[in-house]
Amino acid sequence: MEEVRAFGRPFHAMFEWVGELGFFCGRVAKAIFSRPFEGAEFLRQLDAIGAKSLPLVALAGAATGVVLSLQTRDSLTRFGARSLLPAVIVFSLVKETGPIITGLIASGRVGAGIGAELGSMRVTEQIDAMEASGVDPHKFLAGTRILACIVAMPLLTLAADFFGILMGWIACTLADPMSLRLFLSTGLHGVTFKDLLPPTLKTAVFGLIIGVVSCFQGMRSQGGTEGVGRSATSSVVLSSLFIIVADILLVRLIIELF
Amino acid sequence: MTEQATSEPPIAVQGLRKSFGAQMILDGLTFQLVAGQVTCVLGRSGTGKSVLLKLLIGLTSPDAGSIRLDGQDMARASPKELHEARKKIGFLFQQAALYDSMTIEENVAFPLRRHTNLSDAACHQRVLQLLGSVGMDRDRNKMPSDISGGMSKRVGLARALALEPAMVMFDEPTAGLDPITAAEIAKLIVELRDQRHITSLVVTHDLHTARTIADRLIVLDAGKTLFDGTFEGLHESKDPFIAQYVKDAD
Repeated sequence: MEEVRAFGRPFHAMFEWVGELGFFCGRVAKAIFSRPFEGAEFLRQLDAIGAKSLPLVALAGAATGVVLSLQTRDSLTRFGARSLLPAVIVFSLVKETGPIITGLIASGRVGAGIGAELGSMRVTEQIDAMEASGVDPHKFLAGTRILACIVAMPLLTLAADFFGILMGWIACTLADPMSLRLFLSTGLHGVTFKDLLPPTLKTAVFGLIIGVVSCFQGMRSQGGTEGVGRSATSSVVLSSLFIIVADILLVRLIIELF
Repeated sequence: MTEQATSEPPIAVQGLRKSFGAQMILDGLTFQLVAGQVTCVLGRSGTGKSVLLKLLIGLTSPDAGSIRLDGQDMARASPKELHEARKKIGFLFQQAALYDSMTIEENVAFPLRRHTNLSDAACHQRVLQLLGSVGMDRDRNKMPSDISGGMSKRVGLARALALEPAMVMFDEPTAGLDPITAAEIAKLIVELRDQRHITSLVVTHDLHTARTIADRLIVLDAGKTLFDGTFEGLHESKDPFIAQYVKDAD
């Protein structure tokens, strides 16, 4: 009997986690849409989550552009399709690589930051203090961070796309000189808003995942500094995992709808 | 706001029970606070004193029993009603729980900015006045990490008083402080009662502080009320636990 209980324990914990997450989402959704709105705190979080993630996301996008250029040049040359290199770089970055790289980079930087910050606030009773003074932490702390993640992600994705394409061109032109104008006209030929908008906007869902998971993990943190560390780690691991799963579903949905 | 608006006791607790897993923390606790008095809750570490405070302001839910704040049943209150009720109560946490991303001034201004329509200038003046009353106005631009534990508690007290509450709860206000700072905090609690008629509920295991500030003492042991009365009554108690407690504290 004890073996059966031991076998069921992880499932019990998982269902409990899902139930608590659902309850948390309900509270946050209700809090976000009730007055007064937290405009100033939202802007502060947009700066912390969006603007401060820009250098890392831009660097990741740029590196991806360079790697794409270096890797695909060889393959395309073998098949006699080297002239398609700009288009391959642009399509690859805009449709998939840019969004997923941005999602995973942000889940690392932002997810860990939110998980550790809110976890630390939980174990030092700052969240209790906020609640004790009549302020709803689901609104002030979680709601503002989740909204900022949702808004920041598509903007960061555009930045990753931009720097990826720019560095892709530089890598291209170093091997085989080509003007930026030619690179862009070849690369962007045939690219429509249908290719850009859905993949870029799907990162808003990634932002929702990062915000919800990391706020939830942070606010239920317990067990001192060790607990804070666990919250930060689990925020990154879970949000990365959910982003990958969501990406598969969203790509399928985008193909169906557009 | 400093006077009790109704004839209801500020806090009335009836048959309060709380356990964590198999461990019973509070087992049928019943008491009422008297407006304008300082009530100290004493007991050994781990007897549920801090849990009691968190139950009283709804940060934790009881397993059974009722808590009435100014006549309002906290168990039946909606989240909005809970938030409204909490605005009438100041709370000083054991480690002060200052928001570490904000300066001292921003910490004290936080409840004012959230719950009042004061202009920036009026808010600044009010914060200066509050920090001045605890002797921390010169440090208003510092971050919580740059001040000592005693200073943090004084700032925490200023923040707890920002909305002019009718009642303040203190969780171990003198724990970890040197005797001089502890005496200063104790003096502030007495001043709140004498000058502003604020009802205070102080959780502590420091009998010396309790002797200085308390009008009434409640001693908890094994989740139950072991003693409820004055300091003189405590000394006259024949209960072996209380006798030992008083003896060890002296």
